Amino acid sequence: MQAAVSNGVPGIDADCGGSCSCATCHVYVDAQWLDKLDAMNPTEEAMLSLSTDRQANSRLSCQLPVTEELDGLVVTTPEFQF
Amino acid sequence: MSEVMAGSQPRQSKWSMVGKDPYSMPLDEIDLSHPGIWQANEFLPFMERLRREDPVHYCKTSAVGPYWSVMKYRDIMEVDTSPQIYSSEPTVGIVDSFEEFMLPSFISMDPPKHDEQRRVVQGVAAPANLKNLEGLIRQRVCTILDGLPLQEEIDWVGRVSIELTTQMLATLFDFPFEDRHMLTHWSDVATAIPGRGSVIQNQEQRTEAMQECLAYFTRLWNQRVNQEGGNDLVSMLAHAEVTRDMPPKEYLGNIILLIVGGNDTTRNSMSGGVLALNENPGEYDKLRADHSLIPNMVCEIIRWQTPLAYMRRTAKVDTILRGKQIKAGDKVVMWYASGNRDEEVIERANDFWIDRPHARQHLSFGFGLHRCMGNRLAEMQLRILWEEIVQRFRQVEVVGKPERIYSSFVKGYSKLPVVLHPL
Repeated sequence: MQAAVSNGVPGIDADCGGSCSCATCHVYVDAQWLDKLDAMNPTEEAMLSLSTDRQANSRLSCQLPVTEELDGLVVTTPEFQF
Repeated sequence: MSEVMAGSQPRQSKWSMVGKDPYSMPLDEIDLSHPGIWQANEFLPFMERLRREDPVHYCKTSAVGPYWSVMKYRDIMEVDTSPQIYSSEPTVGIVDSFEEFMLPSFISMDPPKHDEQRRVVQGVAAPANLKNLEGLIRQRVCTILDGLPLQEEIDWVGRVSIELTTQMLATLFDFPFEDRHMLTHWSDVATAIPGRGSVIQNQEQRTEAMQECLAYFTRLWNQRVNQEGGNDLVSMLAHAEVTRDMPPKEYLGNIILLIVGGNDTTRNSMSGGVLALNENPGEYDKLRADHSLIPNMVCEIIRWQTPLAYMRRTAKVDTILRGKQIKAGDKVVMWYASGNRDEEVIERANDFWIDRPHARQHLSFGFGLHRCMGNRLAEMQLRILWEEIVQRFRQVEVVGKPERIYSSFVKGYSKLPVVLHPL
């Protein structure tokens, strides 16, 4: 999320500034990367469960810290953040 | 918000801080719950003192009983995102007497019931649905603005803010358009504090109006419950498994929540924006010079106005916040209106600054599971309104003192005299 916001990537609003409490940094993670990510904590699960556009590969990007291992990660932004 | 209707604060001077110097009184006498300082627009310096000297503030005696005030942005964030510690039950209003008016609705529920009920209705305000509504909203905005007289005094609140938000609500409920003024009336009654100059004189009148509201909406429910489809809020509630068997009181509670949530809030941001631009002519110049600032300005208006001053939680367990010992059962009030002026997080927080960086980061919609479900709809309505205003008027000039609402919860205006100057 921070990387997206700092680089002006459109489609990531991040209203809460990265506190997992607004769900406006929603992304869809490409299938091959899904199991490389840390598991969701209950807060992220709860926020995403109230999203109208949730898919199986939905994550909140503020909960995805960038590591060496994630170099090359591919995500897509939803049409809208809500 | 429905539960806030239990407005029992007497209009007595005993609790009033109006006209007092915020630094002249002992800290523990500062009581932000009294509607008088909100109506008089004198709350800012009191909030500033509390943020500085006592950011988690205990008010032991007030007309609404003892309560904690949380003043700083980050503390508010912590409370708002910890439902396991700070519950939204039994109510999110500061008053918890008058049991008969404590209508259940999902704003005053914790998970899982909150999540289940919210999921039923939130699609109506989701961006995918809003895309379909944009044309209609713009058409209505144009009709209203084109019907306004130029170069003479009019009341912006009545002619524009109320009219637009009420039309929108009628659409979302698929409510008979000719009766739409009833929605405004029920919304006003639900949050009013009875007394002189108020829309109601006593609690009985509130009960009466709420019964009338329930009867009207029950008719709509009965018409729609056996009809297929229907994208309106009543059909959604009548058809969804988790809400179709809800008791009448809960139906009324959720209807009032949606009416107040969709009405009072955006209405007051529509008026607040006009006032803010008039108080800051340099910002109005910036807007005239660059219309592309409108989306950012809309966020700034919503922060600056903070149309709902607070939400209340109740501590479920003993806990500590900024070193203060909060006991299970204590009332905890998050003053969004204060957090939105917290210089530690928001640069030049008292300035209205339409090209403010990070304007989206404000507390007006709350955070966490209870975050305002209409936030995108509100932003869209305000954006369209301003896009059409700047096409028509050089200035919406405020020509008299605004009248503010007697409430510590709904932070808004009952009158805003303006004159429209064409381009």
